[in-house]
Order: sequence, then structure tokens, then C-alpha cells
Amino acid sequence: MEPVAIVGVGMTEVKRERAADTVADLVFEACTKALADSGMGIDDIDIVLTGSNDFFDGRTISSMAVMDACGSYDKNVSTVEGDGTFGAAHAVMRVLAGWGTCLYCVHHKGSESVMPLITNAMFDPLYERFLGIEAVTASALQARAYMDRYGVTEQQCAAVSVKNHGNARLNPVAQMPLEITVDDVMASPYLADPIKLLDCGPISDGASAVVIASADRAKDVSGRPVWVKGIGYSCDAFHLGDRDLSKVDALQAAAKKAYGDAGITDPSGQVDLAEVNDAFSYMELMSLEGLGFCERGGAGALTESGATALGGKLPVNASGGCISSNPVLVTGLNSIIECVLQVRGDAGDHQVEGVGTAVAQGVNGPCGQSQCVWVLGGDA
Amino acid sequence: MADDKKRMYLAIESGESAQPFRWSAGTYGSKFLTEIRDNKKFWGIKCPECGRVYVPIRSVCGPCYREMTELVPVSDEGTLITFSVVSFGFVDPSTGLQRPVPYGYAVIQLDGADSYLIHFIDETDPEKMKAGMRVRAVFEEDGKRTGSMMDIKHFELIRE
Amino acid sequence: MAAKRVGIVGVGMTLQSSARRDVYGIELINEAVRAALDDARMTRKDIDAIVIGNMDHFEGINYVDTWSVDGSGALGKPIMKMTTGGTTGSTVAMGAYYHVASGMFDRVLAIGWEKNSESDTTGAIITAFDPFWDRPTFGGAVAGLALEATQYMAETGATEEDAAYVAVRDRKNALNNPYAHLRMELNIEAIMGTPYLAWPVKLGDMCPRTDGACAVVFASEDIAGDFPNAPAWVHGVADRHLWAYTSDPYVNQHVKGGTWFPAMERATAELYGKVGITDPLEQFDVAELYLPYSFAGLRYMESLGFCERAGAPALVRSGATDMGGKCPVNPSGGVLSSNAIGATGLLRVAEAALQVQGRAGDRQVPGASLALATGFGGCYWSDELVIGIEKPERNRG
Repeated sequence: MEPVAIVGVGMTEVKRERAADTVADLVFEACTKALADSGMGIDDIDIVLTGSNDFFDGRTISSMAVMDACGSYDKNVSTVEGDGTFGAAHAVMRVLAGWGTCLYCVHHKGSESVMPLITNAMFDPLYERFLGIEAVTASALQARAYMDRYGVTEQQCAAVSVKNHGNARLNPVAQMPLEITVDDVMASPYLADPIKLLDCGPISDGASAVVIASADRAKDVSGRPVWVKGIGYSCDAFHLGDRDLSKVDALQAAAKKAYGDAGITDPSGQVDLAEVNDAFSYMELMSLEGLGFCERGGAGALTESGATALGGKLPVNASGGCISSNPVLVTGLNSIIECVLQVRGDAGDHQVEGVGTAVAQGVNGPCGQSQCVWVLGGDA
Repeated sequence: MADDKKRMYLAIESGESAQPFRWSAGTYGSKFLTEIRDNKKFWGIKCPECGRVYVPIRSVCGPCYREMTELVPVSDEGTLITFSVVSFGFVDPSTGLQRPVPYGYAVIQLDGADSYLIHFIDETDPEKMKAGMRVRAVFEEDGKRTGSMMDIKHFELIRE
Repeated sequence: MAAKRVGIVGVGMTLQSSARRDVYGIELINEAVRAALDDARMTRKDIDAIVIGNMDHFEGINYVDTWSVDGSGALGKPIMKMTTGGTTGSTVAMGAYYHVASGMFDRVLAIGWEKNSESDTTGAIITAFDPFWDRPTFGGAVAGLALEATQYMAETGATEEDAAYVAVRDRKNALNNPYAHLRMELNIEAIMGTPYLAWPVKLGDMCPRTDGACAVVFASEDIAGDFPNAPAWVHGVADRHLWAYTSDPYVNQHVKGGTWFPAMERATAELYGKVGITDPLEQFDVAELYLPYSFAGLRYMESLGFCERAGAPALVRSGATDMGGKCPVNPSGGVLSSNAIGATGLLRVAEAALQVQGRAGDRQVPGASLALATGFGGCYWSDELVIGIEKPERNRG
């Protein structure tokens, strides 16, 4: 890939409900922070891209509400409906195609809708939707398929929740910093066996933004650019019955592409930090396997060994992850932003020493059907 | 149902299912709607850079890309910019009810505002309306206003 | 490294009709995809990435990109969804163009589709607008466009008959398009005799609600010569999505030098500057424009620079935009003849490509080599693309 850099990042504080803020207010806050971080003004931005979802927003053209707030006035602008990793990937394409700088923002207000009704609408209206299936119940099927196949335990999943909520205590924008134990997670009520309340990401409001720049324009910025080393994304089958739910083929395909771009042949040896999808605790384990950090079925033990803790060999979700702050769509961009901050050494209390290469992951669709992987690094 | 059995292509009805939302009005939108509800007064928001006053209220001036925080009073009278008379029947998705037709529908510039507002107008004969005519807000009665744009029943033409 | 030049090498469209009850949405998508792949003599395996778009609430499907993989062919491939309302189809085209121009992918499939028969179109359009300010009083696309039509007539002296000329032209052109939904020869009196939906807009002035899909294959300059059809090159793209509330576009007319339709005028200025268009009526051989109702065929012609302000009624009545005229507009029959909303903007691009490739059948404009395609939607937003048979010297953005 031609060199492209992330030169500015901005996140709103994520909360259960940001009642005083419209989606436009959240987007403006995130964009303003990203511009300030890059040292650029809106006039330095060549093109704008937004991210949103019409269902979550209850608006048929959900980008319309943020057109003032995203700074797109008199600029080319477009909208990717889906996770921030996908939208940011498209922003990279626009920069590679010749635009010098792209401001990309994505928002989510989970507080404004009824989540199970929205995620039920991901499922097929003829064959599935009447079952009441939605994100939690579908994920429960996947968790069970994965755990049964590899002998992964509920306690191992719970350890992910304990670790990530603990990391969130060091992250000032995280929604749910918690000091909890595996026993606490195990004692929380089942939502859909084997998924318990403390295995789940919360409902959240938040927005984030990044400024992406060509190598040429990245020279102008005041701060340290972080370089896009690789991007891959891929989609699995839709019907849950068409997939082996215990596997993450789409993630493996996405990782293969991103690693190929970045020259990564030994992920555990070459990657210093990963921000992965942990909207449900078991997903972090599956993601670690799909990203090649351990053998299939090995992520539970890896987590229990402490290797993925903040002081471990490969810290995972140092930010606290989606299990601590879950503005859907924004979560993938927040993974990218956490990688950027870590590579820059700007992650504050949850900074990991010496992060040269970091991996971010985002998902679209039920049970991680469509997966996107980014590799970010400090050198062009 | 007998007919359904003969039908070659079936359809699945979504039925009465609805997806409820509760959208935040924001700091300034809340103020606007509260003032309409409690005092029958219109407010706009002013850009510190270009000075433009916006109604509907928003928090960012798009052209200047500046945050706006200054609320300024605007009149409940204004000027007709353009209009239509809607005569086709449709179900209003906000209420689930048939929107009564015909109704007058207009773009209005309130005195003191630089941007425009859409609302109903109390005239259904297009021949009797012309851009530039003066209009005035007619509010819902005291005690019936709930803090929504429907607290303004419609605008009426000021017929001198 | 410079951006890749991008050519359109395959086009597929479904029959557009009021209700395609014979196919499920995924099958409708697949019908267009297979047609586009066949047209380029490709198989699913040859596609590197997919961009898909529609308007979620018309079918009530969340995450259409993941739901539709069996139809789109995205299994095991990169897919992303792009949606911007009425401009969705043109947004998808531009998205696919950027996928290829970036150098990240060589062969990208763009898909736009809609089954408007599956919901209440006016209701769904109302929910596009702001729940506080606009929705309580908004009357959907028809009522919103009527406001613009009233203003156009008041300020230019144009008549309802002038607008009806556009409706007659586009619907007559549709007789030459076997895929079109409404194919009927009408006259101005017939349009004038249809009932008002929202004065001054009559039933005969409005686009229909349609089920349909369109798919287009975009290819990099490195491989675009490997296909049976000569590539239709993307010469340039530009868009503006100004403002957020339904009454804002009228404000536009009075800010920062805005006039009729600032989003379109600003996109046009950028695009024509990049491509080198100074006299669109002379330089474009054909235009496929997103004209959702008849008055747009007047007002938007002015914003696209085909004539001076208030000059459109004389321009269209001169026959210059008819088949056989200087720059035929909407040989396909346009949006007034078929409006499966998520497909509509992409169909404009597909039709422009077929025209410059000389493959448009009975609706071919003889010798067409340079075409303008547009998308319209949102809050009076505008997407614009120039498509030509000549390979540009370089990617001009």
C-alpha cells in the first residue's frame, strides 16, 4: 500500500445516555477534537466521510442530521453505513485516490432506540425474524458452538470481562470501568445461556473521528502520524446455519490480507497490541484465534495466562474494549484510535510500553459475519 | 384468506410491529421547544462568525463550521417564501394516522431569522397565496402544548 | 503513485416494475449482478470487492450488506454498504470508483437496488427528515418538491405546461427502453389532466415507485482492456450534500453566493473544472439525470449550466434535449419512468456507460462519446459523474 497516515483522532466520552446531545452535537465534538489533535482547521480538510446506521438512528437518511456538524459544507462527502473500520477503510481509499486529507466521523446513540428490535432487523424477515432472534440470542448460539467445540469455559470468557473492565478504569472516555472478579461475572444473570449480563457490552452513546492524510500532507501536521500498514475485510455467509459458527473464516481472510500488506508473518511475534471486538466476552477469544495470535481453541488459556493483560506479552483491549464502551459502529473506529494513541505513546494511564505495531478489528452483521482488520505502525 | 391460498406469490406482513425511538432534542432544541410550549415565543441561534440566525435551531453553522451558543428572540410573524397545497392522502409515520388533506404547506422566514422553517399554512387555494405574503404563527391552546413543533397549529396568512 | 484511471466494463439491470413479486430482494439483487457479470464475461470469482446500497427503511432490512451475500456474491469477499438517500445509487458508483482508483482493488462490483413495493414510500421518506423540526409537517418527496416547483414558477414565469413537456419527453423515451417501468406515450394535455398531488405537482409530473436493481463493474486501467466491451471511463466525479433540514436549501439561495440549487451548482463547478467542461450543451452528447419530477427537468438544467437562469423552458421546448437534439436528456426514460430509489442513481451511470459504449440499443444516441450522469436526493443533495469513451490522460478525481 502507498503510505497513508492517521494524523488526528477525536473521541467523545462514551456514556449510557448523552441526553443533552443530539447526534450532531456528538459528531461536532468528535470532529473538533480530531482536527485539534491534527493541528488542522476545517479548511485543511479536502473530503469528508461519515458513518451511521439508519436503523439505530431511526432516520431514513441518517447522515443528513450530521451534515452541518461533520464539516462537509462545500466539500465532497459520502457515507458508509457500517462499522468504523469499514468507513475508515473507505476514507483511506479516497486519500489513495488523490485527496490529500479526509475527515471521517461515525456516531451512535444507543440510548435513542430499543436495541433488540434494531438487531432483530438484521435477520431475515421470511425465515428468521419471527423467532425474536437478535444480537444477544444469536451470539449465544455462536458462543455455545465455539465453547463446545474447543472446551472453552464460561470462566475463561468471564476472565475477558474482568480484564477489559479493569483496563477501562484507566481510560477516561470509557463508560464502564469496573473492578470485578470472575466470580462476579459468573454470578451475573444469564441473558441467553452461556451469555451472562457481565459478558455483554453495554448500550452506549458516543462518536469518534479521525483525520487521514496522504504521506505528502502528513508532513504538515504538528503531531506524530501513525501509518496504515495494512487493511483487509471479508464477509462470511449470512444464514447462521450456513456457517460453522465456531470458526471465524471472514476474520482469517481479512487478517490474511491486512497482514500481507503489512508484511506480518508471525502475528504473535510482530504485533505489540491488539484492539479486538469483545461486544460479548467470548468474541475476544474467537478474535484472538482468527487473528492468528494462538491456535484454535487456545485463547481461553492464553487469557488465563495473563498474556493479554496490560502487562502481558500481547495486551488486548487496553482501552477496555467494546465490553466497557459499546457505541456500535463507533467501536471499530475506537479500536483504530486506541492503536493510534498507543503507537504515539499518548494512551495515558493505559499506555503499553513500546508499541510499534498494533492491530484493530471491527465487525458488521450477526455473529461477526463481516470482519475488518487494520494494522497500524509508527513508521511509514 | 381463501384468496391468499390461490395467490402465486406470498408476502410476509410485518404487522403492527413498531420501532420506538426517543431522540434527544439537544440543549438548544430543548430550549426552543420549551419556550414555544410555555411562552409561545420563538428563539433562533446566532452564528458568532457570520451572524446568521438559524430557525430551526442547530448547534453548528455549516458554512462557518462554528459552534453556536447565543440564543436570540425571533418574531412569531414572518414572510411566506414558497408554498404548496398537499392533496394526496398518505399515512403520517409519526402518528400512524392518515394526514388530513388538503392542507397548505409552506416555507416561512420568521422576522429576525435568516434561515427558514417549514410548517402548515391555513390556506388551501394556491391562487390566494403568493411569495412575500405576511404570516403569523397560531399556537395550540394553553394547557395543550406538549413541547413539539405541533404546539404551533399552523401559520395563518395575515390578510390586511 | 497516481490514482488509477477507472473504466466501467459491465452493466446489468433488472426489469423495473411496480412490484417484482416474482423475486425476493436477494434474488432481485442477484438478477442484476448476474447480468453485469455476464455482460463483462466474468464470474463471481473475478470480483475483488463489492459496494452495495439501498435505503434501509424501504425494505426494513438492517445490514443489507451482510443479509444479501447470496445475491451479491460477497461470500468470502470484501463488501461495504454505502447509503445517502436518493443519491444512494450514485454514491455507490462513486464508492466503487474510489475503491478502484485507490489501487486497492482491480474489479469492483457496484450494486444499487430497492423494492419500493415493500413499504409505504412516502412514510419512509418522511422518516428521513428531522424528527423535531421537519417530520410533524413534512409531506414526503412530493410535497417537498412542490415547494421548489412553486418557487421556480414564481421566480421565472415558467408554467406547469413547461414542466409537463419534460414528463412527456422522458416517458416517451422510455418506449425505447425494455427495462423501464412506465412506458407510455402521453401528451402535455394528458399530463395536465392528471390530479394534483401537491400543487403545482400533478400525478403525471412525479416519478413512480418501482422495484428494481442495477449492478455495474468498475475496473482499473491495468485490466480494463481485458473485457469484451470497450471501457466507459470515469472522467470525473463530484458531489455536495449541503445542509440538514428540509427548509435549508432555500436558505442556500442567499448565502455565500448561492443561487438556485447550491449543492448542484457547487458540485457542477468542481466537476466541470476538473474535466474541462465549459459548454455542457455542446460538449455532452447525452445526459442521464436524476430528475425525480418534471419541474426538475427545468430547474436542474439551469444549475447544471445547460442554460441561463429561467432559460430552461425555452431550452427544452426547442427540442435540444429530445432524442435527436443537441444533448438528449434521459434516453432511458429517466427517473420519471423508473424509480427503484437505491438503484436509480446507479442506473443513470449505467445508462451513461452504455451510451458512450454505443450499446444502448433502441435508446442509443448515435455517436455519443461523453455523458453526464447525476444523482439527486437527501436535502437537495447532488452527485455528478462524467463518463466518456475516450481514455482520460490521467485520473482527474
